[in-house]
Amino acid sequence: MQNLALETVAPVVESVPVPKITAKDVNVHYGEKHAIKDVSVDIPAKGVMSFIGPSGCGKSTFLRCINRMNDTIPICRVTGDLRIDGRDIYEPGLDPVLLRARVGMVFQKPNPFPKSIYENVAYGPRLHGLASNKVEMDELVEWALRRAGLFEEVKDRLKDSGTSLSGGQQQRLCIARAISVRPEVILMDEPCSALDPIATAKIEELIDELRANFTIVIVTHSMQQAARVSQRTAFFHLGKVIEEGVTDQIFMNPRHELTRNYITGRFG
Amino acid sequence: MTNHTVKAFDEELGALTHKVNEMGGIAEAMLVEAVDALVKGDKVKAESVVRRDKSLDVLQQEIEDMAIVLIAKRQPMAQDLRHVMGTVRIAGDIERIGDLFKNIGKRVRATDATMVGNRTLSGIQNMSRMVQEQLKMVLDSFSQNRPDLAREVWLHDGEIDALHNSLFRELLTYMMEDPRAITYCAHLLFIAKNIERVGDHATNIAETVHLIETGEPLTGPRPKADETHYTKGKAE
Repeated sequence: MQNLALETVAPVVESVPVPKITAKDVNVHYGEKHAIKDVSVDIPAKGVMSFIGPSGCGKSTFLRCINRMNDTIPICRVTGDLRIDGRDIYEPGLDPVLLRARVGMVFQKPNPFPKSIYENVAYGPRLHGLASNKVEMDELVEWALRRAGLFEEVKDRLKDSGTSLSGGQQQRLCIARAISVRPEVILMDEPCSALDPIATAKIEELIDELRANFTIVIVTHSMQQAARVSQRTAFFHLGKVIEEGVTDQIFMNPRHELTRNYITGRFG
Repeated sequence: MTNHTVKAFDEELGALTHKVNEMGGIAEAMLVEAVDALVKGDKVKAESVVRRDKSLDVLQQEIEDMAIVLIAKRQPMAQDLRHVMGTVRIAGDIERIGDLFKNIGKRVRATDATMVGNRTLSGIQNMSRMVQEQLKMVLDSFSQNRPDLAREVWLHDGEIDALHNSLFRELLTYMMEDPRAITYCAHLLFIAKNIERVGDHATNIAETVHLIETGEPLTGPRPKADETHYTKGKAE
């Protein structure tokens, strides 16, 4: 296993039709540790791309580069070219707060604010001045909760605390919070790993609906989930992208032996 | 190929392969027995061929059941999934092959007529040897994970078709020469056709093996030579 070449194989479809995000030779260092090595990948607009790979392979680290979440870690250094709609994500003049309004994020564990359900969703739009009065804000909150498939379940208790919801509902609340500022990209870092199968199915259904309007990047440890929800998949191993391509091809006929071993459960 | 982290997964895949090999062994033996029964007019042997088909049906059912449980339990991906789906398809082909041999057994059992000096019997023997070789090679390609052997089988089916064509014409001539031979020759026509169709199933299996091993379908030009449906009787 250790002897297998780590060279990336070229994707079958050479280029993504309309890339929303492009990465070229991206490297990430945590102090001495070289966590991401020369990653080049195109993420298509309006679709779902999944990142798979064993723990510690760098998929979450790379995901966090896309909305500069790694900026908060002092020893973290990102180099290379990472662009959204052609604009450099790491250009000095770019405000990370505004970037994060365009590139939202949903985490592994649901992390609603210790505020009401309504306030959880209204917080972002208020910060960015997206609603000029109460009526507009009500509409925006309802829109986001509806898109997240949560509105019907919580419409009578919008003043209740977000933390009073079930795990699955909390995660959908976090998705509502993420989409409330109308981002273009949603990053999801193992969004279903803490959820039961029913809540997972609801999130997957939601992802399938959202992909018509958003660019979604999902990190998941569930191969079946990646196969179900995404149209493109990248396989990470030891900080590199080993293989990237159309999801059906990756799961039915991967070309790199490391990918094959990983997705068929032959990883040592 | 490295082993799965979960050893039971390897064992379950191995059990599927084992059962397909078992089916293949039975089918090969049935072919030898059926043609032997035909040549010798041995009705006891013919009866034995008919009876053996049942074990293929049972094995095919077991393979399907095992595959369904395996998919439900393991959610196989990539070559594992191709392997599971492939074994189900191959088991289906071998089951059909068994039916064709069973039909030969039934025909031998049913007919008392023989024809002295009928050279088609040796033609059928020749054809069955070719099919036997194809069957053996394709079963080896499966058990030894060899797509190259599968391609060989796939490329050589045309020879069986060509031999079948010449047998077909020969039998037509016999029937026209002597109407008393029609019953027996009609049986031989069906028997030859059955053996030829076993060759077709062998190429199906070759295609499946190639897909399992490489993830790609067998492509390229392939000699095809079954022309019997164009052949017209001389009386016309």
